[in-house]
Amino acid sequence: MMLRKSRTTIAALALGAVTLGMTPALADPHPDAELVVNGEITIPTRGTAPAYLDGHLTELYSGWLFREDETRAMQMDDFDNPAMVFTDAGLEAWDTVEGTEGKSCATCHHEIESMAGVRAAMPKYNEKAGDLWSLEEYINACRTERMGAEKLKWNSDKMKAMTLALSIQSRGMPISVNIDGPSKPYWEQGREIYYTRYGQLEMSCANCHEDNWGNMIRADHLSQGHINAFPVYRLKDAGVVSIHQRFVGCVRDTRAETFEAGSPEFKALELYVASRGVGLAIEGAGVRP
Amino acid sequence: MLRHAVFAACAVTVLAGQTWAEIAPADIVWQEGAIAQPLADQPGDPESGKKIMTTNALGNCVACHLIGTMPDVQFQGNIGPALDGAASRYTEAQLRGIVVDSKKTFEGTEMPAMYKTSGFIRPGNAYTGKAAPADLPPILSAQQIEDVVAYLLTLKE
Ligand code: HEC
Ligand code: HEC
Repeated sequence: MMLRKSRTTIAALALGAVTLGMTPALADPHPDAELVVNGEITIPTRGTAPAYLDGHLTELYSGWLFREDETRAMQMDDFDNPAMVFTDAGLEAWDTVEGTEGKSCATCHHEIESMAGVRAAMPKYNEKAGDLWSLEEYINACRTERMGAEKLKWNSDKMKAMTLALSIQSRGMPISVNIDGPSKPYWEQGREIYYTRYGQLEMSCANCHEDNWGNMIRADHLSQGHINAFPVYRLKDAGVVSIHQRFVGCVRDTRAETFEAGSPEFKALELYVASRGVGLAIEGAGVRP
Repeated sequence: MLRHAVFAACAVTVLAGQTWAEIAPADIVWQEGAIAQPLADQPGDPESGKKIMTTNALGNCVACHLIGTMPDVQFQGNIGPALDGAASRYTEAQLRGIVVDSKKTFEGTEMPAMYKTSGFIRPGNAYTGKAAPADLPPILSAQQIEDVVAYLLTLKE
């Protein structure tokens, strides 16, 4: 178990909870829950942190381990996982002809299973574009350049359906983002953003997800803030949330002016946050409260 | 020197039973992270302080602190230490300083400054995600700071 200064306050809280007659708050990630989807796909939810985190994290824990029993259970069964309706729409779109060229995704890529591993390596430097691209941009490039179809908006339902359909092809596969070579400057920019204390609350990603994971911020049990389960279904919003949408929410909660979904800043941050989870696996369609 | 003169003038008005204007964040006289002088003319109201401390859009202190004297308030966080007994550990001036800008007492702390209007990176307009207006107000008003301090002063061990 890691030692962090806030651990002492957990003891104090537990004590207070007993005297107040409340149920003791959660603290650490679930000690031994195993994520097995549909009784057949085992997805590792714990891992050893990569060396470049310099000991800021030692053990990696998927956000799934920080959720309540019922929420975790929903993610274990595709019949109960509300994200699957959207995923099915994405699977259908894969085979649907759209645009002026009379093509569907399947025309070029055949079975969607050929996409296994793609989500696990995103975001990825695109040689031709000379830029770091998120999955959303690869999808849009196929649509506009090869299908003659219109671009999908970053956070549109159609885009999220497609990123979901692609993500589940990588279920259980280890996160494998490249952070070297031309990706390096993006990774460094992302790290800079991760540690910047934004907004009137002057809080960085690290303040919540590195210094205080396992602690409670009001009713929220703070996780390590990994993106391996994204896109996720959020029960509170009754909808699917993209990676950049989550970033927008977290930055907004520091009383800051956020960056936009799809902005260079959030793409760089996406690469850095993905790299913090190297050691974990893609869950594809997480469920969150 | 000038600051001392202002201080004296204020003290005089108090003696005369009159009111003086609020002290703006930039005009605060700091003594090692503590602030001796109240920021507003009305004495702090602990009942109002409690409300501010438990309201999300205001102080939201319970997001990070457990406060045992508020058993009715659900889901208190544990990012910071429990506040029970705070008034036995700190003076009124120190508590005021911690609420106004805790980073002057605890270097690098997660606790946000509640009465500060500049020096931020990408400040927003409250929780809208949009850019802050040029005249960004502090999270709490001078009077609200005094109300919170008044509540904290009830937390004796
Ligand atoms: C003021 C606190 C706070 C800050 C600062 C913050 N977050 Fe979060 N974040 C939360 C809370 C609360 C949740 C929901 C519970 C959880 O999973 O931790 C969350 C969830 C997340 C998740 C979803 C994890 C999952 O498995 O569902 C990601 C990803 C994330 N944050 C990334 C970030 C990034 C990147 C930053 C900085 C740009 C950031 N957060 C800043 C509070 C914060
Ligand atoms: C985002 C988290 C956060 C919020 C919100 C917050 N605090 Fe704190 N507070 C902390 C932390 C962390 C510390 C411990 C200082 C340190 O970093 O060592 C602290 C310390 C304190 C202390 C000193 C406690 C002691 O015994 O040493 C007081 C008093 C205090 N806070 C009062 C408040 C009040 C009043 C509010 C709301 C108006 C508030 N805090 C809001 C995080 C927070």
